[in-house]
Formats: sequence, structure tokens, C-alpha cells
Amino acid sequence: MARSPSLPSSPSSPGFWRSPLRGPWFTSLLGVVLLAGITVLFVTGLLSYASYNPDLSPVNDKTPDKGILGFYLFSWPTGPHWLYRLNQGVHVTLGITLVPVLLAKLWSVVPRLFQLPPARSLAHALERISLLLLVGGALFEFVTGVLNIQLDYLFPGSFYPLHFYGAWVFFAAFLAHAVLKTPAALRNLRQLREARSGDAPPEPEPSLVAPDPAEPTVSRRGAVWLVGGGSLLLFGTSVGQNFDGPLRRTALLAPHGGAEPGSGPNGFQINKTAASRGIAAAETSEEAWRLVVTGPSRTVRLSRAELLRMPLHSAALPIACVEGWSTSDQWWRGVRLRDLAELVGHPGDAPPDVLVESLQRRGAFRRAALRANQVRDPRSLLALDVNGEPLTPDHGYPARIIVPAAPGVLNTKWVARMTFGEL
Amino acid sequence: MGRLRTMTAHRTSVRIALGSPLQLLLLALSFALAGYAGVRLLADDWFGVALWFVGAAVLHDLVLLPVYAAVDRVVTGGLGAVGRREWTGYVRVPAALSGLLLLVWFPLISGRVAERYESATALSADGFLARWLLVTAVLFGCSALLLVLRLRRATKQRPPVAH
Repeated sequence: MARSPSLPSSPSSPGFWRSPLRGPWFTSLLGVVLLAGITVLFVTGLLSYASYNPDLSPVNDKTPDKGILGFYLFSWPTGPHWLYRLNQGVHVTLGITLVPVLLAKLWSVVPRLFQLPPARSLAHALERISLLLLVGGALFEFVTGVLNIQLDYLFPGSFYPLHFYGAWVFFAAFLAHAVLKTPAALRNLRQLREARSGDAPPEPEPSLVAPDPAEPTVSRRGAVWLVGGGSLLLFGTSVGQNFDGPLRRTALLAPHGGAEPGSGPNGFQINKTAASRGIAAAETSEEAWRLVVTGPSRTVRLSRAELLRMPLHSAALPIACVEGWSTSDQWWRGVRLRDLAELVGHPGDAPPDVLVESLQRRGAFRRAALRANQVRDPRSLLALDVNGEPLTPDHGYPARIIVPAAPGVLNTKWVARMTFGEL
Repeated sequence: MGRLRTMTAHRTSVRIALGSPLQLLLLALSFALAGYAGVRLLADDWFGVALWFVGAAVLHDLVLLPVYAAVDRVVTGGLGAVGRREWTGYVRVPAALSGLLLLVWFPLISGRVAERYESATALSADGFLARWLLVTAVLFGCSALLLVLRLRRATKQRPPVAH
């Protein structure tokens, strides 16, 4: 095939790319920011995955064939009680904040996509295949994450396995890229800082610097400000969905920003309403609803009135969703999980795991398992009231689970059955 | 002697064609991990997932990037044609920031998830488009204000032109 690399009309010729901004300094700076940011995203993502305790029970595990990718799993702790709130707030808010940095980084290296010859050596050919996994993986992770928090389930399959396995594919390529490029990126930044916009250091690959640059319309500093400004704008209009009150209103476009869904003690944010889960008033009424608690010695059936006559305890705990929004601490009141375990024959000082089942008939987490350390914590409640009032249907009336530091979906609403014992 | 030189040359060309052995090892390890996770990623709907993975890169590199670069070039060229090339930033910055918000929050702003969103969260899905338009208006408004202020300052500082 005949090539004409001298024709500026072809994107594979260096003369085609005319922006005076492209060059080792811009790419290196964005690369170093992404190196730090994506590392935090990966770690908080792995922690979020661990917080579901997927190794505890099949009902918690949306990735049963994870194999060695679950090597690091551990019993998710119950303290500090804001642990999941912080972890997931950082994961989602940072991910949104990094979107402009990722886009700018991809823009800064796009001439490389068209570079000829396609490969100079076997290692270079493999590196370019690895770059497809890197770019495809980064976009796949960002797009699935951004769609999922907006409840737009366009992606081909369930979010959990896609985002989890996709993250490992992406991270494998990211790690190789970081090892290969970080030394050069740091060297570029150091040399250019020392040289103060002097001669650019030599590049081993074809240069990103345009040989025939257009007249600049913005300085390099201006371009960095634009990328940083984009990040700041996205951060400023998202981070508020992790706080109640006026701060939430600053999250102008985030899914759980703006106004609260209601007013009064039960007015705080809702993940899934009773109506959307098909919970009818008839099945939660005082006459109809009974909580079935099973243990080694017996099974008991308790009405809400009977639960209210048990010793009641309080805990101030947030609701924190995997989607990266949370509420401030709410004041919950109900029966301790370890007291319920004791009621059905487990000694109070050594409570077991528990399988919690909801009235809801569909939804990925209508059944969820909690580990012994979570049952043991005195702040783990089967909550009946919140902020001094009975729960509303949307917050799980007649009774819901609330466990410190647990992700929202493990705080099962409309609880129907609890089975204590080895899972 | 001649034969030895040929062998050396041959070895060098093989070395060049393979590249750095350390780099090869690193990439092999990377592909092993990516393959292990990739098999699981592709387990359910391999075609759909592969389409998304490759499609995301292709859509970005061959559609999104050329489109915004072309729009930028049209704006720069248009302003240049009327002799106001230095105003580019006053259009580019608010447009880029507004476009970024639209890109990230498109499902909510467009209302395509409105029904599911309202049913699940008991929140209104109505405000997103209005708030995005408001932010966009504020961004362009601030940019225009800044341009006017700079122009006025420049007029004051410029010495009167003598004819």
C-alpha cells in the first residue's frame, strides 16, 4: 500500500496535528495527575467491592467466578461508622472530577493513534495493543460508572461484574503503561521546570510537538486552567450530594443533589421507594406483617408492637450508597441485632452471621447477608424509628436493618425474615 | 570473519524487531492479568461487552474528539475571519465547561431516565435541563462580562491615535 506521510491531510502525518499545546509537558502533567487519581479510584473501588462481603454468602456475591481477583477480601469493619460513606464519596466524586483530565490526556496523545509505521518492534506492537485495553478500559469504566449513578442501565449486563472485571482489565493495562511511562513523565516535568520553557527534552518516540504549529489561541498555562476549571466545576456541582441541608443544593446536576425528597424526620434521601419495589401497604400493616426470626433453638414470629416492647437502642448512622451519595447521620432507634440473635438461641457474646430477607420480590439485594462482626456491633439495629418518628414506607417500614459502615444495599428495608447461624 | 559479522547483524535486527525484553515481560504479565479478568468480563455477553470496550475507544477517538476539534476550529476560524481571533477563549471556555456538564449528566439532563429516576428516588427529574441551561447562561454571561471589562480597560489604557 502506498503511503504519503508528507501529505498534511492525513492524520498519520505529523503536519496534520497543528495545536501548539501538544507536547511532552502537557501530556506528562495530565499523566501524573491520572496516575495518582486512577490509583485512588482503583483502591476505593476494591474497598467498595470488599464492603459487600462477597465471600460471606452467595446472596452478596454478584461475581461468583472472581477466582484470585478476590485475593484481598477481608471482613469489612463496622468502624469508623462513616467508612463506606467516605470511601464511596471519594470513589464517585473523584471519578466525575477526573473526566476532564482523562479527556484532555486522550486529546493530547491522539496523534499517536495514527502514527506510522504501526509498530517498530514486537514490544511496540504489543504496547499498542495494550493501549487499546488502556483507552477502551478507561472509557468503559468511566462510562459504566457515570451511567450507573444516573440509573441509566444501557450497558450490556449487570453493573457489578462489568465494572469489577472491567476495572481489572483496565488496571492491568494501566499498570504496564504507568511502569513504562512514569519515569519519562517525571523526567519531562522536572527538566521543563528546570529549563523554564527552554528546549524540550528529547523524546524516544515520534514527538507530540506539532512541527508546523498553528498560531496559539491559548497558552499552555491557560489550557491547564481550562482542564482544572472543568474538574473544579464538576467537583463543585457533585460533592454536595454527600451532605444534608444547604450543601446538598450545591450539587446542581448530581442525581441526589438539589432538594430533599420530603420534609420532616423521614425527609432524607431515598435509594428505592416502596412503590418502585412493589411493597403494598396491605403486607406491611400491623395485622399482616410479622418478622420471622430463626436460630438454632427456635423460630419466633414478632409483630411490630412486640418488637417495640423489646429493649430499644439508638445509633446515629448515615445512609451511604454505592452510587456515591450519602446522608448525614440519622438517629435510628430499634432492636439490636445481637439481641435478636440471643432471642433465638445464640449466646449474646458470640453472635453468628445472619441472612436478612426483604418483603421485596425483585431487586439484586432483596436478600443480604451480614457477618458476625456486624451483628455483634451494638450500633447494628433492626430499626423501627428514625429521627424520633416511625419509619415511613420509603425508608423501610415496618422495620429495616442499619449497620455502621455498611454499603446502603446491605441495610435491607421491609425486613420479613432473619436467619441467624453459619451461612 | 565475514560470516561472524553477518551473524551479529542478524542478531541486532532480531533484537530491534523484538524490542526490550523487560518491556516484553511486563506486557506479557499485563496481558495475563487482563486475560484472566477479560475472560470473566466476556463470560455473559461477550459480543456486547467487546463492542462496548472497543466502541468506547473508537467513538471517542474517531467521533467525539474530531467533532469537538472541528467545532473549535470553526469558532477560531470564524472569529479570525472577523479579526477577533483573540476572543476565542471567551467562547471556548464557557462552551467547553457547559459541554462537559452535558456529556457527564446527559441521561439526567435529557430526561431519558426521568421515569425510573422519579419512581426510585421520589425526587423530581424536571430540574436538570433547567439547571444546566442556567449554568450555561451564567458561564457565557460571566465570560461576556469579562470580555467587556477587558475591552474597556484596554480602551482606557490605549493612548489616543494621532492622525
